[in-house]
Amino acid sequence: MAYFLQQFVNGLTLGAVYGLIAIGYTMVYGIIGMINFAHGEIYMIGAFIAMIAFAVLGVAGVASVPMALIVVLLLAIVFTAAYGWTVERLAYRPLRGSFRLAPLISAIGMSIFLQNYVQLLQGARVKAMGPLFRGGFVLMEDEGFRVTLSYLQLFIIVLTVALMAGFTLLIQRTALGRAQRACEQDQKMAALCGINVDRTISLTFVLGAGLAAVAGLMSTLYYGVIDFFIGFLVGLKAFTAAVLGGIGSLPGAMLGGVLIGLIEAFWAAYFDAAYKDVAAFSILILVLIFRPTGLLGRPQVEKV
Amino acid sequence: MALARAAPTVSSGVLRAAFGEALVAAGIAFMLALPLAGLRLPINPMDSVIFRPWWVVVAVATVFLGRLGLALWRARVAPSRRNGVPLLDRALAYILPWRRGIFVAFVLLVAILPLMPFADRRVIDLGAVVLIYVMLGWGLNIVVGLAGLLDLGYVAFYAVGAYSYTLLIIHLDLNFWAALPLAGAFAALFGVLLGFPVLRLRGDYLAIVTLGFGEMIRIILINWSSLTGGSEGITSIPTPTLFGLTFTAVPAPGETAFHQFFGIPFAGVHRIIFLYYLILALALLTHVFSMRIRRLPVGRAWEALREDEIAARALGLNPVMVKLSAFGLGAMFAGFAGAFFATRQGFINPSSFTFIESAIILAIVVLGGMGSQMGVILAALLLVLLPEVARDFAEFRMLLFGGAMVAVMVWRPRGLLAHREPTATLGDLSRGREPAP
Repeated sequence: MAYFLQQFVNGLTLGAVYGLIAIGYTMVYGIIGMINFAHGEIYMIGAFIAMIAFAVLGVAGVASVPMALIVVLLLAIVFTAAYGWTVERLAYRPLRGSFRLAPLISAIGMSIFLQNYVQLLQGARVKAMGPLFRGGFVLMEDEGFRVTLSYLQLFIIVLTVALMAGFTLLIQRTALGRAQRACEQDQKMAALCGINVDRTISLTFVLGAGLAAVAGLMSTLYYGVIDFFIGFLVGLKAFTAAVLGGIGSLPGAMLGGVLIGLIEAFWAAYFDAAYKDVAAFSILILVLIFRPTGLLGRPQVEKV
Repeated sequence: MALARAAPTVSSGVLRAAFGEALVAAGIAFMLALPLAGLRLPINPMDSVIFRPWWVVVAVATVFLGRLGLALWRARVAPSRRNGVPLLDRALAYILPWRRGIFVAFVLLVAILPLMPFADRRVIDLGAVVLIYVMLGWGLNIVVGLAGLLDLGYVAFYAVGAYSYTLLIIHLDLNFWAALPLAGAFAALFGVLLGFPVLRLRGDYLAIVTLGFGEMIRIILINWSSLTGGSEGITSIPTPTLFGLTFTAVPAPGETAFHQFFGIPFAGVHRIIFLYYLILALALLTHVFSMRIRRLPVGRAWEALREDEIAARALGLNPVMVKLSAFGLGAMFAGFAGAFFATRQGFINPSSFTFIESAIILAIVVLGGMGSQMGVILAALLLVLLPEVARDFAEFRMLLFGGAMVAVMVWRPRGLLAHREPTATLGDLSRGREPAP
């Protein structure tokens, strides 16, 4: 029981990271119907920028941990969002209205480009960082096995919940959210109603990149090591999460992320850790066969 | 300099707008370059971060000048060209009637390459690598170009072919010619097994599922050590024989070596040349097969489904079966290529079958122009030979590769030799345009 609870806490933390990235996939898919293949790389860039920002703050002599966290969070979001915007502007916008596979292939190219860009600029070696937080709460103790919720895990879960709440408000209450939902339904009609469609799409990418940057910061803190290749697998799993939850649905992305995180944690704990990625992809295939709309997705109507 | 020449013909309003755009672009470039190019994490986390201001300056200046130049070029040169047919398309229009002749000439050139005086071991080896990619490209072209299914895990079938070939050779003691068709059959079987459940999905879901499948195969190959040798792989795979003639200096008892049979001195290059002709034959087989099957009902059905799935279904085609046949056949050719790859290398391990390999094969199909057989040759030559020529830029290779994929898509979304006429048409119908978004 204690072991189960510990894995649950670990899976939840992992799921929060996947969920934040999955939101980026789901929003972009909802609005322009393409898989933003480079989104995993945006998350990787976010992780790098966060680690660089910590290093710079260390040189500047910022000693207070909450202060450093807030500054790094803001820096990572702003600079990563610039990458998100640029990727959309250069690789996807010129291809709007082109044939269906073109943006996807351009996205794959972008993903390869960004991976090697970071590798060239920052080196191929794994980058490490010392832990920022130590300690945590002991939730329960059972036959000498101690279930802990570390402060870092608590921070990740709380921040994710807060971001989700803010995001739901943003989509449902603000002008930007309305414009986004309008573009999702019918771009031409939205344009006729005076919505700047290009700008709305750009902002969607910026928001998605911002969330990916937060996810990058979290995994930098959680694992303490990053390299230029981390975006590929995590991006694939986050996309799986988006599909599992129902692509196009924000709560679905979060739910899918948490489920994938839990599945991975439990699989690694009770079965074979080497095959935990296989488990995640098998889930993707099974979901697509039996429930292609995902858990919370709307069925797609095909019109002629 | 360019500015000074351009200035007299460009109005000051245009100039001001160009400057504005360039400033915005430079500002964004600053934001992009500052964290990743301007600062570098030290290898030892105890050291302090390395600051490289000049990298940022260079990046920002390059983007500023580049954007300014582009804006001025667009204002001056582009309007006069905007309505014209692009140069490449005009050139293609001249070449297209001759394409059959060009193809035959090209095949002849490739066939006599090993006999050329300059053809040493390295050149022939490189030629074989190009031909492997051409074959893979043609195989994937059946799936992507003809049937319009985006397969991002093509390398999985290549891996299945290579491993099943190797295991058959080692455990069942088959020879190359018996194991080759079996390797193709195994790969096709995997294609059908994967395809059957997922081919009902929309195009981009299919892409992700195939990508996930490719990763699954690789993870299984790494972890199933008792069968596949894990990440070490399997070594000492024997070279095929030519009608029982081996390519060793000292043949085993009871075997005849190639050089003994023909009474010529032994040379290691014989084996290389033999492998070269083998892959040439396999590649041509793929080509002939896909050219012929286009004219069969099943090939027509692929193209019909690619152009308009709903209309094809309305005509009574079963989309799952049609797609499945394309998927399985494409996988089969990957299996053949995999078997050849295993026998040429003499060893295999999972690191030859990563996603990047799938991306390269897809890039060959897409950059060449989907559905175009010549385009595949052109793209394979470019992608394999360019890194060989530019060895000094080896570390930039994948960077350029990714950038080129984006650039070609933006410039010519349908590929370099974009020629995608359905094989059968009803006279001059106004077709080929995408519906307005």
